[in-house]
Amino acid sequence: MSSIAVSASSAIGKTAAANPDALVRIAVRNLDFYYGDFRSLKDISIDFFDRQVTALIGPSGCGKSTLLRTFNRIYSLYPEQRAEGEILLDGQNVLSPAIDVNELRARVGMVFQKPTPFPMSIYDNIAFGIRLYEKLPKSELDGRIEEALRKAALWGEVKDKLRQSGMGLSGGQQQRLCIARTIAQQPEVILLDEPTSALDPISTGKIEELIEQLRSEFTIVIVTHNMQQAARISQFTAFMYLGELVEFGPTNKMFMNPTKKQTQDYITGRFG
Amino acid sequence: MDAINQTTAAPQAAWGRVRRSRYVADMALKVICILFTALGAFVLGWILLMLIYEGVSALRPEVFTGTTPGPMTKGGGIANALVGSLILTFLGIVVATPIGVLAGTYLAEYGKGSKLAELIRFVNDILLAAPSILIGLFVYTLMVQPMGGYSGWAGGVALAIIAVPVIVRTTEDMLRIVPGSLREAGAALGAPLSKVITMITWRAARAGMVTGILLATARIAGETAPLLFTALNNNFWFRADLMGGVANLPVMIYQFALSPYQNWRELAWAGALVITLSILALSIVARLIFKKDTSR
Repeated sequence: MSSIAVSASSAIGKTAAANPDALVRIAVRNLDFYYGDFRSLKDISIDFFDRQVTALIGPSGCGKSTLLRTFNRIYSLYPEQRAEGEILLDGQNVLSPAIDVNELRARVGMVFQKPTPFPMSIYDNIAFGIRLYEKLPKSELDGRIEEALRKAALWGEVKDKLRQSGMGLSGGQQQRLCIARTIAQQPEVILLDEPTSALDPISTGKIEELIEQLRSEFTIVIVTHNMQQAARISQFTAFMYLGELVEFGPTNKMFMNPTKKQTQDYITGRFG
Repeated sequence: MDAINQTTAAPQAAWGRVRRSRYVADMALKVICILFTALGAFVLGWILLMLIYEGVSALRPEVFTGTTPGPMTKGGGIANALVGSLILTFLGIVVATPIGVLAGTYLAEYGKGSKLAELIRFVNDILLAAPSILIGLFVYTLMVQPMGGYSGWAGGVALAIIAVPVIVRTTEDMLRIVPGSLREAGAALGAPLSKVITMITWRAARAGMVTGILLATARIAGETAPLLFTALNNNFWFRADLMGGVANLPVMIYQFALSPYQNWRELAWAGALVITLSILALSIVARLIFKKDTSR
């Protein structure tokens, strides 16, 4: 491991290297996914490690967003979509009908490509998720909201206008509001679906710093089209192609010394 | 400079290829469109000017305080018809709003891809275009006959039946333009569908839904045919139990305008002016609400 870390240090930069001793938080086993009759994920098996950032990369349509959307079963909003196989969250199969899907989603938070502030105040945007599962006195709720906004690096910008509409914030602020809303629920896992692709470079930088900080508390899975972003912020990277998992490993190994030629070609920009 | 001339490319096609007839056709279409728009605006303006001229000259303070007079009498007003119209419109919209909003919500949020929803949408569109006199007749056999006479209740129900399809349609349309990503974001926090609908999508579509209800109000405030068979009209104040017919502006205008009495015809003009201005005010309020909320 150490030789890879040394050779990668110049290209991968300041991100912490993968922790080989990390525990498995999500274990995917033989997962297939169907949009109607179309099989879009083929026999995926992969582990996501506790308090590590894992990036899912691959060309458009490779199934990386589809895979992300199975972890909180958000796909089940659409009757024609279904998943088969196992996704073990702390050893419990979340695809089992016995699992309450809303309870699952409170444990596995998700942030989308486009910022999705609710049409309500900044305060209520964050209180919404907390109130679904906890009944807190006002003072405690206020504390939780401040904490979430601080962790999302947004507190300083909004602390004097918590009662104003969340729709009035800039795109980057809205995305941090959505992250704050997610972490306020104290989930175990945070899923990020191309969270910066609709943002300018400065907002993107802020979100990336934020992800680095959140890693100490949460297991993070991020879908990204931006290879530099994957290299900058993740400890593990999975490369997918045509619904299959081609290669998975520590990010610095994936970028410096991939095993498969397909991975090498994609990372160096020869296709995709 | 020579250098520039040397590097300028020659045009790849000759200029002046556009034929003169194309300019003429272009201009002709524009002129025809403007002419017909002007024709429409002219007729509308004529109606409004006439209404304002006749209506304003018929306005006296007593118009707003007195009740509708008997034939061949002097004076009197339209206060009873004005209040009656308010009551009937209010009744209609109070009945129609919950039905319309909830049915529209079913179509937009629960009935995606279901055959039942498709059928309801189809029937609703028919109801939207149904002649209002039919609805009056329907309520006549449903309520007026069994209850033994005309009543404000029957009038309110008839107006509600006119308003329901309008509200169903606008509610569904407004909920449909709420982006699906907002519903996903709500669900992703572990919110059940009922919470997503009531706290997120309704809120996001609020301005459009309220606008739809206000426009439905404006629509039923001026309906005449459904009231002919239900609330009818008379020259008195409404009874506390709303039985025995309720005076109202549209039917009053219909009856008075066709009468041979000068005084009645003047009151009909006054009533027409009042009702038109109220509908105008309602439409402006609806627009303001919609604009204010969507401009954020």
